[in-house]
Amino acid sequence: MKYMKRNDGLSVPMPSRRRFVQGLALGGTAAMLGGFVEPAWALAGSDQRRVLSGTTFNLEIGKTEVNFTGKPRIATTVNGQLPGPLLRWREGSNVTLRVTNRLRVPTSIHWHGILLPFDMDGVPGVSYPGIAPGETFVYRFPVKQSGTYWYHAHSGFQEQTGLYGPLIIDPPGNERIRADRDYVVMLNDWSDEDPAAIFAHLKKRGDYYNRGELTARDFFGDVSRVGLKQALAERKMWNEMRMSPRDLVDVTGATYTYLMNGATPAGNWTGLFKPGERVRLRFINGSSNSFFDVRIPGLKLSVVAADGQDVEPILVDEFRIAAAETCDVIVQPQEDRAYTVFAQSMSRDGYARGTLAPRPGMKAEVPRLDPLPLLSMTDMMGAMARGGHAMQGMQHGAMPGMDMGGHGSEPSPPTHLPVGEGSAKVRHARSEYGNPNVDLRVETPRTNLDDPGVGLRDNGRRVLTYADLHTIGGSLYPDPVTREIELHLTGNMHRFTWGFDGLKFSQAKPIHFRYGEHLRIILVNDTMMTHPIHLHGMWSELESPDEQFQVRKHTISVQPAQRITYRVQADALGRWAYHCHLLYHMEAGMFREVVVS
Amino acid sequence: MRRFFWHAPVMMLFVLATTRVYAQDAMRGMDRHAMPMQDAGASSEIRSPDYSGDIGDGPMTGMDMRGDAPLGMLLFDRLEYFDGRDDHGAAFDMQAWYGNGANKLWLKAEGETAAGRLRDLRVEALWDRPVGAFWDMQAGVRHDAGIGPDRNWAAFGVQGLAPYGFELQATVYVGQSGRTALRFESEYELLLTQRLILQPRFEANLYGRADPQRRIGSGLSDAALGLRLRYEFSRQLAPYLGVEFERRFGETATLARDAGEPAFDARLVAGLRLWF
Repeated sequence: MKYMKRNDGLSVPMPSRRRFVQGLALGGTAAMLGGFVEPAWALAGSDQRRVLSGTTFNLEIGKTEVNFTGKPRIATTVNGQLPGPLLRWREGSNVTLRVTNRLRVPTSIHWHGILLPFDMDGVPGVSYPGIAPGETFVYRFPVKQSGTYWYHAHSGFQEQTGLYGPLIIDPPGNERIRADRDYVVMLNDWSDEDPAAIFAHLKKRGDYYNRGELTARDFFGDVSRVGLKQALAERKMWNEMRMSPRDLVDVTGATYTYLMNGATPAGNWTGLFKPGERVRLRFINGSSNSFFDVRIPGLKLSVVAADGQDVEPILVDEFRIAAAETCDVIVQPQEDRAYTVFAQSMSRDGYARGTLAPRPGMKAEVPRLDPLPLLSMTDMMGAMARGGHAMQGMQHGAMPGMDMGGHGSEPSPPTHLPVGEGSAKVRHARSEYGNPNVDLRVETPRTNLDDPGVGLRDNGRRVLTYADLHTIGGSLYPDPVTREIELHLTGNMHRFTWGFDGLKFSQAKPIHFRYGEHLRIILVNDTMMTHPIHLHGMWSELESPDEQFQVRKHTISVQPAQRITYRVQADALGRWAYHCHLLYHMEAGMFREVVVS
Repeated sequence: MRRFFWHAPVMMLFVLATTRVYAQDAMRGMDRHAMPMQDAGASSEIRSPDYSGDIGDGPMTGMDMRGDAPLGMLLFDRLEYFDGRDDHGAAFDMQAWYGNGANKLWLKAEGETAAGRLRDLRVEALWDRPVGAFWDMQAGVRHDAGIGPDRNWAAFGVQGLAPYGFELQATVYVGQSGRTALRFESEYELLLTQRLILQPRFEANLYGRADPQRRIGSGLSDAALGLRLRYEFSRQLAPYLGVEFERRFGETATLARDAGEPAFDARLVAGLRLWF
């Protein structure tokens, strides 16, 4: 019995499932089984044993036995650790990283979000041929930035099987953000299944891991609540489109155990504090295919950096972190008690959990998972769902007055935009038409950034949105934009094919950036899933809907039916990867090569 | 001949129904997505997906992406024991494919044994290619065995997912000596819970001309309506219980009666649905 208890009571967890979700208390690598349950990776004020700092690093990629669920499995690890050792660099230094491959297959390490020469970026097929078995590759480059980052494999599915770790770069002078304690909180998704099997399952059945589909029981519940006619109307459009409002993510807690700093929820990673101290938590979503909604009940989170770049502090209760994003927060617990660090998956089928406590061994209450949300009309058609004259364009009977709110769906997000605005002109690519790999095109995408996304709207908590993020110091590139490139995120949920403009990586030509030009990238999400899009080697400077600088990032999460724009200064010569950071979407084709020349 | 005329409209109806579903689907796609919206602000302007500026592909040594990697699947939609009014036996319905997103070799086989002998077997080998977001085109050959002489056909059809999630297969066959046939199959999955799934299934076979040696009359020869309730222990393994109603029509019914078989049969079925 492998499926998850949600608080809608639809399914009951069996004992084995509980262990699967909660994991073993002492799960993890051999090092952890040796009693490694005290705080790992405290940058200040505690244990330093898994931190490697300096300018020269020797890393060995190999196989290590792990056990997170009661079943021994082989993970791909760095120096035998999962996650790999915390690397600590200093801005302004030159680092040398000798990476030795002890596997039987080629491997690679990519330094995520780091500005470096393209041949040091670590993407096989784009930056270099990868690291052959037995070989050592020497990465050498100057460090030109500071903040919270991470590293991971860019070979096959090795990232899913454990090849990842945190990367912290100290600023050249004093740290601008003052903190008494400094912890990395790395979130990951572990599966006992072979990731190649996960990929094959999705190819054969797109909803393989979705155990939250609407059922007859939901239908009868709706009938008794809103009547037959309304219950049918609520389903009409989804059914006609052969889509599911519960298609939130492809891989779920049906196979994943979520980890915090390599510890299962039962393992309970703990960070120590003294009441009144300022504690910096550097959240890194190092998962392969998961979004986490993070909060610490009882504490306000002051967000101070996003993707390694300092932002004007903003006080929130909760934030969503997409795969590959990082988010630094400051908390100041005043009471002498434990607080739970709760990171529930977007699909509400599990969570990563840890504890902030004054003393080891303490625990606080773990919140229940939020109800499983439904995608809303906003997620399907963007701005059109908000009504107004745009609605008349919809040649669809079920549309007007449609209210999905009945069974747990959310109303449209709050917006400051007047009715009918908030949508921009879309230009679909020729290749999106008559293409079996495109199951949807959005005509009126939404452009507002103040939507926290499905499952977080109107939940009673102050949830971070991209509209809240303002990079300190503004844009690095004041020059005007000289060219626009529009790309659409496309896919077919049933065939499990993904791409840009309807084209898989294998079907597409590289994207050319002219060296030195200042580009505006326009992304329109023509799917009902959220895609964290990552451009290697150059910053992505997200713009507000009126094209003003918003926040500097390396990974930008694009919500369903959303149109976002960001600026890129093409100042890094060479070949770069550009892709969705959901590993299975990337492998299925949502990947492009960018050439700067 | 008279029978043929009698059933011709029915046959036409099936052809029309299937093509209409497919065509409407394509049209609906046009309505909703492809055509510019009436609202001027939302009208689409088509652009090129090519931003390469004519730079060529560089070497891709070490590139490792699975987008086009071939996969294989074997599905036993039905693998069952049946107990009818007059007989009992075993039946199976399988599909298997190998290939990537653009091209697949698709095998289908359906058969029935009763009283220790093969009563009916249909095997198809098809080339499958996607033609729409939800539809595949299939072309290939079919071989029939069982009662009477074996028959071979050329096959051409569509398989896919209709609005509301109906899985459809519609195939036209052309055989030797001017034989023609049409096969239509539809399935639906109704989730009672996340694991308990009710699967209604409908199948109909039509023939252009009679083949008395195989006890087949012209026109609508037979139809089946099934209802199976399965429990998914895992996605890939689900035992089921169900009922299936089979009806032979017209000349086919007469030929069956002459052979001592009923024209209508109601069966209880128990089996496994499994895939790899």
